[in-house]
Amino acid sequence: MKPTSRSDVSRDQTDLARDDSKSRTQPTGLSRRAFLQISLAASGALLVGVVRPGALAADAHGGEVWKPNLYVRIAPDGTVTIVSKNPEAGQGVKTAFPMVVAEHLEVDWKDVRIEQAPLDDRYGRQAIGGSRGTPDGWDDLRIAGAGALLVLKNAAAAEWGVPVAECSAENGTIHHKASGKSAAYKDLLSTAAGLPAPDVSELKLKERPEEFRLLGKFVPGVDNPKIIHGRPLFGCDVRKEGMLYAQYVKCPSAGGRVRKANVDVVARRPGITHAFVVEGTGDLNGLLPGVAIVGKTWWDVNAARDQLKVEWETVQSDSSEQYAKAAERMAAEDGETQRHDGDVEKALAAAEKVVSASYHYPFVAHCNMEPQVATALFHESGKLDMWAPNQNPRGARRLIAETLGISPDDIHIELERIGGGFGRRLRHDYMVEAAWIARVVKRPVQLQWTREDDMSSSFARPGAWHHFRAGIDGDGRMSAFDHHFVTFGNGGNTVSGAGLSPNHYPAGLVPNFRLRQSMVECNIRTGPWRSPGHSAYCWVYQGFFDEVALAAEKDPLEFRLDLLSRSYGEPPIDLERSAATLRKAAEAAGWGRDPGPNRGLGLAFHFDHGSFVSHVAQVAADGNRIRVEKFWSGIDCGPVINLSGAMNQVEGAIVDALSTAQLELTFDGGAIEQSNFHDYMLATIDQAPEVECHFIQSEHPPMGMGEPPIAPATPAMTNAIFAATGVRIREQPWRKSGIVV
Amino acid sequence: MSEITLKINGQDHQLDISPETPLLWALRDHLEMVGTKYGCGVGLCGSCTVLVDGEPLRSCTTPAAGLVGTEITTIEGFHPEGGHPVQRAWNDEDVAQCGYCQGGQILSAAALLAKNPDPDDKAINDAMAGNICRCGTYPRIRKAVKLASEYMAEGDES
Repeated sequence: MKPTSRSDVSRDQTDLARDDSKSRTQPTGLSRRAFLQISLAASGALLVGVVRPGALAADAHGGEVWKPNLYVRIAPDGTVTIVSKNPEAGQGVKTAFPMVVAEHLEVDWKDVRIEQAPLDDRYGRQAIGGSRGTPDGWDDLRIAGAGALLVLKNAAAAEWGVPVAECSAENGTIHHKASGKSAAYKDLLSTAAGLPAPDVSELKLKERPEEFRLLGKFVPGVDNPKIIHGRPLFGCDVRKEGMLYAQYVKCPSAGGRVRKANVDVVARRPGITHAFVVEGTGDLNGLLPGVAIVGKTWWDVNAARDQLKVEWETVQSDSSEQYAKAAERMAAEDGETQRHDGDVEKALAAAEKVVSASYHYPFVAHCNMEPQVATALFHESGKLDMWAPNQNPRGARRLIAETLGISPDDIHIELERIGGGFGRRLRHDYMVEAAWIARVVKRPVQLQWTREDDMSSSFARPGAWHHFRAGIDGDGRMSAFDHHFVTFGNGGNTVSGAGLSPNHYPAGLVPNFRLRQSMVECNIRTGPWRSPGHSAYCWVYQGFFDEVALAAEKDPLEFRLDLLSRSYGEPPIDLERSAATLRKAAEAAGWGRDPGPNRGLGLAFHFDHGSFVSHVAQVAADGNRIRVEKFWSGIDCGPVINLSGAMNQVEGAIVDALSTAQLELTFDGGAIEQSNFHDYMLATIDQAPEVECHFIQSEHPPMGMGEPPIAPATPAMTNAIFAATGVRIREQPWRKSGIVV
Repeated sequence: MSEITLKINGQDHQLDISPETPLLWALRDHLEMVGTKYGCGVGLCGSCTVLVDGEPLRSCTTPAAGLVGTEITTIEGFHPEGGHPVQRAWNDEDVAQCGYCQGGQILSAAALLAKNPDPDDKAINDAMAGNICRCGTYPRIRKAVKLASEYMAEGDES
């Protein structure tokens, strides 16, 4: 039996990571559909919330009650608490969001407390992916802060009998200059609660860096005290009374079923409380078949697992060898045309020069530092409590409800800090496994995967082959671009993470453009991986552009600026913003200078998920061993919210790109062959370059930074490697092109 | 199973564990000290780093029973008030992204600075190359180690 298609699930999940950012590059007018709600808590705290009618199922919990999708709480002691509704995976949202509220509420940052919300329908979207947190949150966060401030100003004005327009606020206090009166927020709470909520249209929301007091500054993360002291924070830190520990053993070949397992033997091992077979559902994204081992400590379970013998019945036997053979065969075929502008063949025939090249990158894993983990307690009442790190907890709740046959209303999920997301935790396999095991054992249970489980159960970023031909006209411009994209598919569709938009540049930037696609049959699990697709496509395009520039005898910067100077039909990206980041990075790096002996500079631009990023990389070579010395980055993500968070994403993305360019997952018999850091070794500190960030702070709303910096980092490095060594890298991992780091 | 006594963060702890149980799981499951993290189980990533008599050690591959008579320091016991220059520097440079590996990074950095109070990039790279950070916070780790070195030079030895 073949495992069921992944398409229905991946639709939901890749939607989250989807790059629909083009529409978000234009300034969006403030959505005035929101309104404010004011309430006084029993504790005497003032609650000011933002409500969006029509937001996700606000009625699921019944009644006309306090149900804002975001709120601020001001306690009688003056403490301001802001609920962080999205999960935190290191992208910095738990710090950046409250900063926006604090900015507008005019309170000191040190007086603000952050509370992590559980999954709750009243908060609306609580998923992280697609770098959407910042653009989605920007309006509501500002409304919450400015709304609470106006409520307090109205209260002061009412108490003092003065016009509200004459009241000003600073550092948690309302002032009335003419009368010399002032009042701390905490002394205005009950008056404020008795006043009507102001209309959102009355609010003054800040837009630009010149208006900011806190935003744009370097603000350390709100969870730092817990991190630097090792206090409980992560999913694996959850401890419950009477909690058991579990592992879940699955077929190395994804989807394989248990024919026979010696669970009786395993159950008798020291410390083991349960060992049982789970049939699973046949959904590759859901509960796969396997053997659960549960015991008093994780180490007991791990030791007992050594005694487990399972006879598997595999359902697929994909291999890298088969993939490569099929891809080679398909490369010679035409593929299916996805887009054709002008006449590519005619233009190629008429070109002064034609440049051809083929690029290939392999499958890669997310390899979160924290292997997948989830804790679950199934109550006698039929309700399920879960504590888990996940990027899309609502999707998890849906999968668990469907798999266990229970109501989503009976599932409560606490959002633990995520020990690395990168798209892996858009999937919920480990959560549904924990939930299933918890229902059997009837005690709190923590499922902790081993690193080997985590590698074996990857939802890999698919590999691909790109075959390019470009025509250069008499002016040294690209007159034709033919692209045969050999990717992975199943049932006639590209698998998750393997699709390429026909509108991706250079479509629209060359008069004659064609994209053809072929699909290698793929039965293993794939998924969105940080900036799905872009991190791979950008490398092949921007690497090939350098080859075309070289053939056209043009400087790589000039070639790109020229490419961005005109479009044919609708431009695929904002050309001016792209060019501005290129100029910024090039200027900072001193593009055009001689970097010194055995050194080279390389550059690349890209746009995805709302932000524009260009990098210049400097590489030093010693024979075939290279060292990436420095990066200069030009970034347009609109105004920066937290300078620390934004820079950290740039620095980290560059290291991620360097790491990933050296890695590959391979398959045999349907199983992933790599298992731990000995054969999937991430970059270490000695490889990491210095990074210099230059933010443009353009007149556009702020956008996310979790994904955009990674895509152009890889080609900036490979182009610099070419400049330093003369070796053109067209295949990853780099060692296959003879380059080591 | 055997009864052992381990001195962790200055306090004696009695444990009844199998002789091969790694320190990591003795800490996490027997003592509920969860600051030390599991990353690979084979001593390759450094998430599980603790200090044993001041030296960094991979707790995921070291049997707890072999550590009787030593002084073990975990991240939660390493200056719990947060006054240590390394911890202050880690906050001030805002090193962490996800933060999962950072307890191990901090202890490795502290061990480096105890021996070499003013390390250059090479010394930092050499000492820290055994601690993987998937988020790629390495540029900040280098800055934070240097900042911690400055804090120490200013006499902040707390």
